Amino acid sequence: ITSLLCSCVSQRSVDSKALQERQKQIMAKGLPKQKPIAGVKQVIVVASGKGGVGKSTTAVNLALGLMANDSSKSVGLLDADVYGPSIPKLMNLKGNPELSDNNLMVPLTNYGIPCMSMGFLVEDVAPIVWRGLMVMSAIEKLLRQVDWGSLDYLVVDMPPGTGDVQLSITQNIPIAGAVIVSTPQDIALLDARRGAEMFKKVHVPVLGLVQNMSVFQCPNCRHQTHIFGSDGARQLADTLGVRLLGDVPLHLNIRETSDRGQPVVVSSPDSPEAEAYRKVASAVVQRLQEVNT
Amino acid sequence: DDVTDGGLAQVRHVVLVLSGKGGVGKSTITTELALAFRHAGKKVGILDVDLCGPSIPRMLSIGRPDVHQCDAGWVPVYADAQKSLALMSIGFLLEDPDEAVVWRGPKKSAMIGQFVSDVAWGELDVLLVDTPPGTSDEHLAVLENLKKHRVDGAILVTTPQAVSTGDVRREITFCKKTGVRVLGIVENMSGFVCPHCSECSNIFSKGGGEDLAKLTGSVFLGSVPLDPLLSSSIEEGKDFMQSFPNSATFSAINSISQALLSSLQND
Repeated sequence: ITSLLCSCVSQRSVDSKALQERQKQIMAKGLPKQKPIAGVKQVIVVASGKGGVGKSTTAVNLALGLMANDSSKSVGLLDADVYGPSIPKLMNLKGNPELSDNNLMVPLTNYGIPCMSMGFLVEDVAPIVWRGLMVMSAIEKLLRQVDWGSLDYLVVDMPPGTGDVQLSITQNIPIAGAVIVSTPQDIALLDARRGAEMFKKVHVPVLGLVQNMSVFQCPNCRHQTHIFGSDGARQLADTLGVRLLGDVPLHLNIRETSDRGQPVVVSSPDSPEAEAYRKVASAVVQRLQEVNT
Repeated sequence: DDVTDGGLAQVRHVVLVLSGKGGVGKSTITTELALAFRHAGKKVGILDVDLCGPSIPRMLSIGRPDVHQCDAGWVPVYADAQKSLALMSIGFLLEDPDEAVVWRGPKKSAMIGQFVSDVAWGELDVLLVDTPPGTSDEHLAVLENLKKHRVDGAILVTTPQAVSTGDVRREITFCKKTGVRVLGIVENMSGFVCPHCSECSNIFSKGGGEDLAKLTGSVFLGSVPLDPLLSSSIEEGKDFMQSFPNSATFSAINSISQALLSSLQND
């Protein structure tokens, strides 16, 4: 009887394993299949978890930095922040996109970077008060119905948080790597950590952290103040075992040029801020090569 | 009506703290206003519905206590022995502090529904609701669940720069569309005074909040400077209003809190 029971139990455990596999297959049927965007070689997402740490500013200057380091590369910029699209302002772009012959939206281009954003599809002052499902379909359009042409890199500016948009993007397209931006303060790092955790959950490689708004130098007396704390992101990078891709200081010039729609990498290419962004770009390229081999 | 009102039956005023833009200091301003109200002798509650990035427990040095339930619902966590500052945040319900809350809309809405109706706040003068950036599921869920109870209105936090005011402008339109009264605009990180030479640098520009108030016909509640003492105080979960009563930041926050209180009491 014991041996009969044993064989019953082992039969059941084999069945339950097969059952689990079957359950996984059925669940996966409902999820979107990951399909690469036609013509785009590598997708880099710029995310954080925390709002207001400089994702959009970093995404814009990263895209421009990638081109500045290697002018043979073609780079595109996708603004996935549906609720607060900042890319139009930062890239000084306005207007509705035209449709190409095969009914795809033609991205708006400035400084050699084709861009697409929800900001081009709605009025400046109109809020996007959408629930998750509508956002998902909007993201689908921004990913699939744009005539990107042939791109080496597509930099995607993500919205803050860890929700529908992030999930939709990671489920829909293969992502070469994620860059996580944070300021040095603990409050931001806590969220950045969650952001990194989320990417781990969905199997997207984290290329590294960018420490933004690290230190402010008074233009008058050159005294340095660490307004948002110091070196927190560097320590978090160590803890998480990821690379610190770069350190960008808090500089009036970055905000001023951003507000004018003339990102610092193109408007003040010789400044230390532009240099910092170019360094981030080359670290990203290096990490992409490491991750893909 | 007490039954349908749930935990909010004895809450006198409910104020949402909104912004279209992330990182402008909603949680910081919510915390500082709550502390200012408490110092003025009011009983305050904070509801932190930022599910993806719950910052308030950290700012009040509350950590991760156990959350209990009583007959009337969830018992909020009190920041002090006198029970004058109550807090409910998703941060309390996470097992692992580093856990990422990667939920889609419907799940978030359901959670927020519970938070709004099932917390036994008891008697409060003001309940401040800290929201995540944007205009999405969380905000709609909060408004839908608060419909049964009165919402006095919302204050909008912005930094002075253009990318920020653009998003906040959208948020104001959201308020108009959903019938939420805009109680006023707060301009945060407005100017930085170098501690060494006292030169004021407008790192994030200046005046954007005030211009936005004029543009949209809203009340300008005041501007709060970018103060490293405030950010380190928040970081360590200390009571800034108690530690630095002589600073310009203190008087800025104080006057904003008084303007807000008198506008709430005049209804």
